[in-house]
Amino acid sequence: MIRLERRKEPSTFWRVANPFLAVILTMLAGGMMFVALGKDPVTAIRLIFFDPIFSAQFGSYSRPQLLIKSAPLILIAVGLAIGFKANIWNIGAEGQYIMGALFGAGVALAFFPLQGWYIFPLMILAGAFGGFLWAMIPAILKTRFNTNEILVSLLLVYVAERILAAMALGLMRNPDQPGFPGSRDLRRYESAHNAELIAGTGLHWGVVAALVAVIFAYVMMTRHMLGFHVRLAGQAPRAARFAGVAPARLVVICLGIAGALAGLAGMFEVSGPGGQVRIEFAVGYGFTAIIVAFLGRLHPIGIVLAGLLLGLTYIGGELAQMMLGLPSASIQVFQGMLLFFLLALDFQTNYRIRLREEVRR
Amino acid sequence: MILGSINPAVLLAALMVAATPILLAAIGELVVEKSGVLNLGVEGMMIIGAVTGFVIAVNTSSALVGFIGAALGGMVLSLLFALLTQVLMTNHVASGLALTLFGLGLSALIGQGYVGVTPPRTPKLDLGWLSEIPFLGRALFSHDIMVYLTIALVAGVWLFLSHTRAGMILRAVGENHDAAHALGYHVKRVRTLAIMFGGACAGLGGAYLSLIRVPQWTEGMTVGAGWIALALVVFASWRPWRAMAGAYLFGGVVVLQLNLQAAGVRIPVEYLSMSPYLITIMVLAIISSGKARGSLNAPGSLNRPFHASN
Repeated sequence: MIRLERRKEPSTFWRVANPFLAVILTMLAGGMMFVALGKDPVTAIRLIFFDPIFSAQFGSYSRPQLLIKSAPLILIAVGLAIGFKANIWNIGAEGQYIMGALFGAGVALAFFPLQGWYIFPLMILAGAFGGFLWAMIPAILKTRFNTNEILVSLLLVYVAERILAAMALGLMRNPDQPGFPGSRDLRRYESAHNAELIAGTGLHWGVVAALVAVIFAYVMMTRHMLGFHVRLAGQAPRAARFAGVAPARLVVICLGIAGALAGLAGMFEVSGPGGQVRIEFAVGYGFTAIIVAFLGRLHPIGIVLAGLLLGLTYIGGELAQMMLGLPSASIQVFQGMLLFFLLALDFQTNYRIRLREEVRR
Repeated sequence: MILGSINPAVLLAALMVAATPILLAAIGELVVEKSGVLNLGVEGMMIIGAVTGFVIAVNTSSALVGFIGAALGGMVLSLLFALLTQVLMTNHVASGLALTLFGLGLSALIGQGYVGVTPPRTPKLDLGWLSEIPFLGRALFSHDIMVYLTIALVAGVWLFLSHTRAGMILRAVGENHDAAHALGYHVKRVRTLAIMFGGACAGLGGAYLSLIRVPQWTEGMTVGAGWIALALVVFASWRPWRAMAGAYLFGGVVVLQLNLQAAGVRIPVEYLSMSPYLITIMVLAIISSGKARGSLNAPGSLNRPFHASN
């Protein structure tokens, strides 16, 4: 008879090892999925995980893409992880990302065609503010009315998507090309363009912001009182209240940080790689970032690694789509499986498998 | 006046159709939450139900078989959730999210060859002279069979929860799993069965969207219906009949909004179509606030994992 026994302390070894194991298991299960789809599994896995970086043929295109795709994931996930640690579940980062992009682009389009050094910094502020504002809706509803932040933040994603469509077709539509939906191309507007800092690397201001956010989060979580309060509230809510942690303030802070960072990610995307406000602008970074946060064990450094990996699957997915005709949805399945395996493996972190006889002795 | 062109009988009929998929998913989730489990994967199970129901119905040319397949599809996915949360003791919130993300991807993969296909028609229930009654006949008695089955399901769940021994055990497990365990009830078995029921209901709700309401398969076609169903359970304070009232209220908002779009009101379509989500959020806030005390009715052990210590 097999049974689970709770460990006194979560196992550090499995905490670190499980993400890697989960990736390997996902590759195996993904390979089986590709066989079921009638594709060669080895080629598909290689295309997704190795060719974007190592292949001579695609590398020059896809290597810069790695930073472009990973930066928003890391930026959003770092913010989400802080909230997750405190048991505050903001799962509407996709909406905050959209609102950040709209606020940022709104500033740029308002100044067009003026040129000036101050426009881009203003857009950054507006982007962060847009995401912050959108995250404040679930935060204030939670603190004032005790409303579930999971449902509200998620439902607001659908609202944000419709505002995005309304903007792309209405207020922000390019007046010079009225036949087409979508705003002016910000990449052609020098003062608002989030250009590559070093040509050919994919390094833009969003990547810098992601790095700063990672360092900031690391210091906050390990060295600052606020980080201690976040962890305390997550692990022992009652003890936290005795220690003087105001739950309402923590909700506002956690959602605010996550919202502002997601807004920044949206702003850097719309002014750089995305280029314009379009209906199809949002591609699910806000949801993938949830997987990144978990895979990175809610730790800033882990999130960097996890963000790079999932950024890789985005590019690899595109490659596999092009070369093998794999449907674009298969990469989503892949990401979902990754989270499943990680969660499933984590039982080893908290529990020990014991045989009945052993216990009696 | 543009509103004059809207026929109230047709409106009422459309409202019932719009409410049915959410009501199906919500009544399933209500049972799951009554057993103490919060399954946030409703959206994922719904869309898997939508696609499996659609694919099976098209291939067998029978909507009925499609619905059965959809219930099984949703149930299989929910078993994955049961395995994670009941056997492997994972975090409920994270597992539910994983279920939704995985379901959305997998459904797109399964359904890619079925975009633009027309599914077989679901037969209307012939109610004879009832559907001949003026106004009421058109509004209430001229629907497909699923609308009535859903109402029957609500009644069945109410009867089960409040008047049967098994329902009492399920509620005990949800209110206090330690006490239920001490009394000798199998907490995990009860919860797993509840999760499976919830999955089957969500699957049926999804299939109602793809086979009757739309009826087409498009990627991500549930657009948040699963999340609205989750909100509906809170709105209903975990009571079956209130869930039905809430679903019909919500259906009314959806239908009114669609009618306003069709009537050409000078508000852009995008703003009208966000109204169901906004109203859901507002209602949630009102219900959850201190005065209404709706949240006090939540099952005591909701979202608390159970692990027998010996």
